This record gives sequence, C-alpha cells and structure tokens, in this order.
Amino acid sequence: MTGNITYLGYGLAAIGPGIGVGLIFAAYINGVARQPEARGMLQTIAFTGMALTEALAILGLVFVFVFAG
Amino acid sequence: MSLNVLFSQVAVGVAASGGGGEFEAPRVEEFFWPLVGGNSYWALTRPAIVLLLSVAVIGWFFVTVAGRLTVVPSKRQFVAETAYDFVRNTIARDIIGAKDFKPFLPLLLTVFTMILFNNVMGIFPFVQFPTMSRIAFPIVLTAIIYITYHAVAIKRKHGVGGYLKSLVPPGLPGWLKPIMFVLEFLTYFFIRPLTLALRLFGNMLAGHLMLLVFILGGEYLLLHGSNIGIQASGVLGLGFGVVMTFFELLVQFLQAFIFTLLSALYISDAVSEHH
Repeated sequence: MTGNITYLGYGLAAIGPGIGVGLIFAAYINGVARQPEARGMLQTIAFTGMALTEALAILGLVFVFVFAG
Repeated sequence: MSLNVLFSQVAVGVAASGGGGEFEAPRVEEFFWPLVGGNSYWALTRPAIVLLLSVAVIGWFFVTVAGRLTVVPSKRQFVAETAYDFVRNTIARDIIGAKDFKPFLPLLLTVFTMILFNNVMGIFPFVQFPTMSRIAFPIVLTAIIYITYHAVAIKRKHGVGGYLKSLVPPGLPGWLKPIMFVLEFLTYFFIRPLTLALRLFGNMLAGHLMLLVFILGGEYLLLHGSNIGIQASGVLGLGFGVVMTFFELLVQFLQAFIFTLLSALYISDAVSEHH
C-alpha cells in the first residue's frame, strides 16, 4: 500500500478550519439559546462565517490533488 | 440496503485490486465511469445517467403533483409541499426577505431538489454514485447561480459602475477603501463561486471515498485476513461502513441545504439596497 505525504498534510491543515467552524457554531447555539427570536438573523451570519472558514479547508483539499499529481 | 452497497463496492474492489493480492486503497480514478464511448471526450458516463434520471424523476414528480392539487393532500402532495415549504419559508423568505424572494423561488427549489436527489443517489441501492463527485456538475450549477446574482446586482445597483461602487461598505476612511475594494472584489468574483462549487464537490467525493475505504478495507480484512482477530476487525469495518452510510445521508441533505442557503445569501446581497 502506497500513499502520499500530502494527504497527511491535508489532515493537519484541516485542524484549523475545524476549530474555526466549531467556534462559529458554538457561538450560534449560544446566541439562539439566549435569544431564540434572533434565530433567523444569527443563522445567516453563522452560515456566512462558516462558508468563509470552510473555504480554507476546501482549498486545502484541492491543493492535495493539485500537488499530488 | 447495506448488502447492495457491499456487493457493488466489492465488485469495484476486486476489479481494482486485480482479485486479491495486496490491498489497494480506493483512488480518485474510480470515479470515472464511462458506460458508452470509452475514454474519448464524448463518453456517456455513469454520473450523466444519474443526472438524466434525476431530471426525469423530479420533473415527473412535480408535474404530476401540481396537476391535481387537493385540499386534503395525498402522500405525494404532502412530500412536494414539505419540500416547497422548506425552500420557500426557511431559505428564500428568511434570507432574501419577504419583498424580493418570489422571482428566485423556482431557481432555488430546482437547485435544492436536484442536488438533494443527486446526492441521495450516492447511497441509493443499485445507483450508488454521487453525481456531484464529478467536478463538472457543481461547476455548472454554480455558474447558473453566479450569473444570476451578478445580473441581478448589476440591474438593481444601476449598472456595472454602481455595482462595483457598492462593494465598498460606506463610512470607511479613505486609505482603507482600495484595500477593502480588492478584498470584496476577490470575495464576490472568485472566492464565492470557487467555494460554492468545491464545497459540494469535496463533500461528495470525500464522503463516497470514505465509504469505499471502510467497505473495501472491511472486505479485504475479512476475506484475506490471516487470523480470526483480523477477520473480526474486518466485520467491524463493514459494520462501521453501514453506520457511515447513514451519516452520509445526513451530509448529503446538509450539502443540498447549504448550497441553496448560500445561493439565497448571495442573491440577497445582490438585491439589498445597502452594501
């Protein structure tokens, strides 16, 4: 079984966005728990933030395939 | 259901590893499935068939349901109304706003049902291919959204100049404006479509690859394991593959939801009067 070190690198690189997405949704759940009527507004903000944070992990996934070839 | 997953994936695995020998991890190449036309540029591939199937099924479903609507809904009308209600109220109205959401509802509903159907086909028995794990399909969907929100923004913000001017939020000090403009321009024109397409593609590819690893690995450990302990871990791997199949169902729904949600978000940015 052979592999490529870039896959390992991607695993490490995904830690950062993972923590970031976790923090965003923790804050979102906190906000909704404190003020349930703000759910709609907070949902938009949470998903925008998640989209930006997750972009880093997704770019990493693409770079795995780009640099592995 | 799990049995079908098993058989088709094992067939892939035996073909990939040449029938025994050393274990070969599933690769990205296994996602290319030309059915007609071989390796030429015009091959009719498996994802294309799944996509055509999705168009036929979704079209048939909604057209026949819309043809005979009743006050007391039938089961199929209930399903259709649930999907419509979800996209209309939870996604479109909450995000785009009650004033502007109606023209974009057909687009959002189509995108949502289409992605959901194609994603669920990834674990549906005998089909088992997530269409969106081929990058071309998310790119086309994203291109439609991309053209839509730019066209709407240019129309709403009085031409290309007004649109570019509206990218910079008001009330910034003068020296910050060029930096903000470059950042916002990159976000609107490159980062947003790139991540929209790649998120869907990446999740579907990685999820299906993960299923392949668990099921092929479990099969290899079970059939080629040298002692009972290794074979038991193979059973464990296969069992975990079944669990992961249900986890995939959640991810598939979530990805359809997020794609539609972000499309609505980008459209709402385009229709809003301020930044």
